[in-house]
Amino acid sequence: MKINPDKCVACGNCTYVCPVGAIYIDPAIHRATVNRDECVECYACFNGLSQEHLNPTLVRLMRKMFQAIRVRFDPEPDVCPTAAFEPEELVWPRVVRRAFSDPRVPHESTGIEGRGTEEVKTNDITGRVNVGEVGFTIELGRPGVGVWMREIQQMCWRLGAAGVSFESRNPITSLMTDVGSGTLREDILGEKLMSAIVEIKVPVARTEEIVRLVWEAEKELDTVVALGVGTRCGPDGEDHVLAPILERLGYKLERAKTNTGLGRITNRPAEARSSEVVTR
Amino acid sequence: MTNTLHRYGDAASFRDDFVVFAMCSRGKNDENAVARLRQFLEMALQFGPVNLGDARHGGALRPSRSMSPLAHWRRNTKPDFRAVIEGLDTATTAAAVFDNRPAAEDLMKAVRAADLGLSVNISTSIDGAEQCCDAAGLCRHSVGYSLGFEGKTGRLPNEDVLMLSTMCGHGMVSSSLAKKMIDWVKEGRRTPEQAVTYLARFCSCGVFNPSRAVRILEDARKRTR
Repeated sequence: MKINPDKCVACGNCTYVCPVGAIYIDPAIHRATVNRDECVECYACFNGLSQEHLNPTLVRLMRKMFQAIRVRFDPEPDVCPTAAFEPEELVWPRVVRRAFSDPRVPHESTGIEGRGTEEVKTNDITGRVNVGEVGFTIELGRPGVGVWMREIQQMCWRLGAAGVSFESRNPITSLMTDVGSGTLREDILGEKLMSAIVEIKVPVARTEEIVRLVWEAEKELDTVVALGVGTRCGPDGEDHVLAPILERLGYKLERAKTNTGLGRITNRPAEARSSEVVTR
Repeated sequence: MTNTLHRYGDAASFRDDFVVFAMCSRGKNDENAVARLRQFLEMALQFGPVNLGDARHGGALRPSRSMSPLAHWRRNTKPDFRAVIEGLDTATTAAAVFDNRPAAEDLMKAVRAADLGLSVNISTSIDGAEQCCDAAGLCRHSVGYSLGFEGKTGRLPNEDVLMLSTMCGHGMVSSSLAKKMIDWVKEGRRTPEQAVTYLARFCSCGVFNPSRAVRILEDARKRTR
């Protein structure tokens, strides 16, 4: 993302809306500037700020006049008065930042927006996590701290060494050169993301081992981790297996997403679709 | 939708936060999904949601690409639910947010009766979700627990800010803006209702809960943090 210095009036609104704090007013040029190393290309500034198209020269003059007489200008805080944000064409590997950080961009590997994962929310039709299994979503960088790919690499190597199975329909897995060890492409390790989810599945008996492994790995990272754990409920709709393990580990379970089991396969079989094409 | 899973707060703080969302899976039930997702949102609209949204276009309050300077004095802060429904044009995730359990329960009953074939999830406190499922006669299929935030938690802002900013799990509502809105409410520069509209416009999938956010801002007004 770039800010056009000819348009920017240094109102400062954008410095607050950047989720990772990568925008600042550069005192040398008196314009808002993007710290390109820290920017995760989430487009929150471009997509979230409303845009006016005021004359920059006029706005600067008015701001100076108000400032001179110590009058506080009180504009709306979610507006860029001169539409100064200009997306740039991103090339590899920087484009990876946007793929993981701008939730409106679907991941090529899964076709899903956001962080590109389905986890247990479509488990009623995918059977991704079965009875006796536990699905982990280990999200690094959330909330609002961000994460470097090299930190995700550290977590993946730890998990890979433990012999876990990485979820194949997951954007991070799609960037691995060796899924067995959890090794990511080397050319992306210098990229920073808003957050990314490492997704694995293990037998329920390994739950405690994996939680403890994640705790150890977290100590080596300079970011936060949001841990999610999912499982299939029993025939009575209850989880008698996973919750007691988590509570024994000290977690107080407050919030969950619950798949209500209403999904079903509705697509016609592939043969039916292809014969329809022929008859047309 | 992990963007609704890791909201900060204890179970009691989710008493006015019920996110029901519908989605399909590629190659399984995505044919003709747009019509069914719209139907889901139409049903939700009958039960008084505080927000509706789709993951591609955003929620019921959206930023403007060409705002008039006069809008500073007469800005439209009314959610446009109809625009969300009509704007849904791709097989994505559709979400409805409620600030009371009976409304969420009513939607669950209606969705069950409509048999849309979509995966439908509810994200709230564990007890709240169980009660909604019971009311609709549904047996929980799967559950995904939030275990909260770990690691370098010293890099996180204070609790009030976190409760606001994590209502967009994609991180589009920045903690700096949330803090600024708390300060503005404390200063009396904006009402909680006004402050919430600024925050809600940044949420890119419409799961931000304006009703809960107003309550959080009211609570934060007198708190010292």
